[in-house]
Amino acid sequence: MPRMTVNGEAVEAAAEPRLLLSDFLRHTLGLTGTHVGCEHGVCGACTVLIDGRPARSCLAFAVQCEGAEIMTVEGLEEGPLHTAFRRHFALQCGFCTAGILMSLTAFLRETPRPSEREVREVLSGHLCRCTGYTPIVAAALEAADA
Amino acid sequence: MTGGERIEDRALLRGRGRFIDDLPAPPRTLHAAILRSPHAHARVGRVSAPEGVRLFSGQEIAAGLRPFIAVLRTPMRHFPVATGKVRYVGEPVAVVLAEDRYRAEDALELVEVEYEPLPAVVSPSAAIAEGAPLLHEAAGTNLANRRRFSYGDPEGAFAAADHRFAIEVRYPRSAVTPIECFGLVAAWDPDADAFEVTAPFQGPFALHPVMAAALGVPANRLRLRTPPDSGGSFGIKQGLAPYIVLMAAVARLAGRPVKWIEDRLEHLTAAGSATNRETRLEAAVMADGRVTALRYRQLEDCGAYIKAPEPATLYRMHGAMTGAYDIPNLEVENSIAVTNKTPSGLNRGFGGPQVYFPLERLMHRIADRLGLDRLEVLRRNLVKATPHRTASGALYDSGDFGAVIDLARPALDELHARRAAVRAEGRLYGVGMAAAVEPTVSNMGYITTVLEHEQRLAGGLKNGALAAATVAIDPHGGVTVTADSIPQGQGHATVLAETVARMFGLTPRDIRVVTEFDSARDAWSIAAGNYSCRFAPAVAGTAWRAAGSLRDRLARLAAARLDLPLEDIRFEGGMVGAGPDKEVPFARLAGLAHWSPGTLPQGVEPALRATEFWSPPELGPPDAEDRINASAAYGFIFDICGVEVDADTGRVRIDRYATAHDAGRLLHRPMADGQVRGGLSNAIGATLFEAFVYDEAGQPLAGTFADYPPPTACEVPDPEILHLESPSPFTPLGAKGIGEGNAMSAPPCIANAVADALGVEDLELPLTPARVAALLP
Ligand code: FES
Ligand code: FES
Repeated sequence: MPRMTVNGEAVEAAAEPRLLLSDFLRHTLGLTGTHVGCEHGVCGACTVLIDGRPARSCLAFAVQCEGAEIMTVEGLEEGPLHTAFRRHFALQCGFCTAGILMSLTAFLRETPRPSEREVREVLSGHLCRCTGYTPIVAAALEAADA
Repeated sequence: MTGGERIEDRALLRGRGRFIDDLPAPPRTLHAAILRSPHAHARVGRVSAPEGVRLFSGQEIAAGLRPFIAVLRTPMRHFPVATGKVRYVGEPVAVVLAEDRYRAEDALELVEVEYEPLPAVVSPSAAIAEGAPLLHEAAGTNLANRRRFSYGDPEGAFAAADHRFAIEVRYPRSAVTPIECFGLVAAWDPDADAFEVTAPFQGPFALHPVMAAALGVPANRLRLRTPPDSGGSFGIKQGLAPYIVLMAAVARLAGRPVKWIEDRLEHLTAAGSATNRETRLEAAVMADGRVTALRYRQLEDCGAYIKAPEPATLYRMHGAMTGAYDIPNLEVENSIAVTNKTPSGLNRGFGGPQVYFPLERLMHRIADRLGLDRLEVLRRNLVKATPHRTASGALYDSGDFGAVIDLARPALDELHARRAAVRAEGRLYGVGMAAAVEPTVSNMGYITTVLEHEQRLAGGLKNGALAAATVAIDPHGGVTVTADSIPQGQGHATVLAETVARMFGLTPRDIRVVTEFDSARDAWSIAAGNYSCRFAPAVAGTAWRAAGSLRDRLARLAAARLDLPLEDIRFEGGMVGAGPDKEVPFARLAGLAHWSPGTLPQGVEPALRATEFWSPPELGPPDAEDRINASAAYGFIFDICGVEVDADTGRVRIDRYATAHDAGRLLHRPMADGQVRGGLSNAIGATLFEAFVYDEAGQPLAGTFADYPPPTACEVPDPEILHLESPSPFTPLGAKGIGEGNAMSAPPCIANAVADALGVEDLELPLTPARVAALLP
């Protein structure tokens, strides 16, 4: 029965030791905004914030997160990043988007005035098949400027 | 042109999308895991598991099924699960069910299968060679089909040519792997003897009767629904069809609903890919660079089974084998092989890359061999005027190809200057270009080009491409639109809302687009689905026409009500009529039709719901001479790029990419550009990084995104996108396709640039650093 905070709410739910955090969030808690694209740590779709840091929820077990603060896409406040994504058409199917929003949120907090190169490097931890990345880069730079 | 924000984005950005694995499963659902073959070729013996494992063997499942029907009638029977023999690594052998996915995967470990391995054959040329191991003994050969075609007088042209130049290409297998894998929920209703399946299947719905027939039920007993959202497809989710049959059959056997979510390993090994193809292309060339004839010898590798709609990859381009060029004489020999690899299927660009790579590489070579300017040779051969009928029957509908090239001309000049400057510093820099015609809205009859004409006549000639859309107006004037397009991220809801809003003088917000598709309720036909860029040219136009017929009804109602001549009625700003004092709110008018059907003027139909079907009349069946217009409209693309090759590592960096398009009328410019960027990034992956490689024994070498690496934000450049809009006369809104073109044009464009940088003639994809390093001067 791991206890943690998810999007600011205290959560306690049964979890077998092998239950992945991604499955715990999606299927135990019903927070299906976090997506799973590979389950081997490459695509970045499942990225959430664990204690403020981006982490692949497909590579963590729910029980490891005892006492942690988890933030998922559902917990993000609507802000400049969302607006910029809409303005720049930075998503198509939207399957990769949640993970990217989580990484960029953490990144822009630490690097409020990033260069394009830095944004591209952060994004290189995420696969997007639809957009060709440029609109995402543009959205991130605009959100940083906002 | 419109181009507002996407309706889809708010939910997706807040994590409120509804993808297949997000939907609640029906009560008592069991979760499936598939036991897959570890062998490329083997006989399957006993399949067993300890008591308590809910196991369904291939034999057991197939006993209730019929083999898939196919265009090519061969004795190569195909079931969604192996029976007796496995023919590729990853082929389903059995299914186990459990209370959740973890337990289902645990149970897989307990299943024992007796295999008797057999020698495998991996390359198509080896497969059709004498003495190769046979995949389907009943067929007696691995050559599923061979046909020869001749148009004009290729022999005469080759005899009269000043030169003959040839190129040989082994085009590898790759796939645009969506980030969301497959998934579905299947249930069987014993009382109705009917199946219900929810899956992000993308069509073509020509496969719906194929699936129903495999299940042994009439098509009205296979209800297929799609979830509201799908995490990309790019063709590959057509490959859900066999799994729909497999899991529906298992749900019937188990008497419980079954849910299956594919994992990435399964996807990369068994979901399917574009075909690999071995091509020899020869050109008859005059001294001035004019090409008078082409001769293709293509050997297609469909993998272990010719899975419907294959061999469509080989025939989609059949009318357009001369690409963007006016070449009157053409000879084509098409052979189709089966090998011990995953069955091929739809993928972005569908059949285009395999043709344009040899063609555009050869045009580059012709110029170089003759010492002529590459662009000059390209232009000399270009189709000069449209409409243009190609040698093999395509009807290029519209556009001025030369004018599109002119758009990109300044960028090309700049690249040449840049090349000179970079080379002066001793670095390796190359410039490439490629021209391509992008076919859009597939003719459902083109696949029958693989048959002899007599066979076609016997089976009934096939042609056309029906699109369907429904528009309904409720008593408060709310407008609802459904269409047979099955979006997978392309923003169809936004474009449909904007299109229909325009017809009624409303705002997109007034329109609700329902993207979940339901085969039991929605209007559809076999062409339904999301492929061959049919949305903008066919589906959006059909919705426009459906809205138009309702507008006509409302206009007559308004004219009678306001006592105005019909021609004065306008729809603007939510009002209908002829300006202040002579108008009525759209919503009132709609209410009238619903509440007072008895008082409507004579001849005005009260129903405010219209379903429209549309099929382009230009799409005839293949004629007796095998000429086929395989698509309704044809866009044009001219791409240029500059690449720098790292002289130490062989790494290719795309320095600049410009792509000029004529996609007809653009319905939503930012999304059209999004299609270009996405298609280009997929093509960069296929050109530089991705390939499904198999070892000699038929073992796939890529099971993760680490071994099959799609490009990231660091490898994909920001392209310069240029547009010319020549509306197609054949589509309701004048739109042509734009989503697939760069998948066709970019591989040869980049390869031409790399060849230019290295000063070499022959290149094989993907151009990985190791491969390029071996070619360094
Ligand atoms: S699902 Fe976790 S990185 Fe891909
Ligand atoms: S938007 Fe589809 S994968 Fe990124």
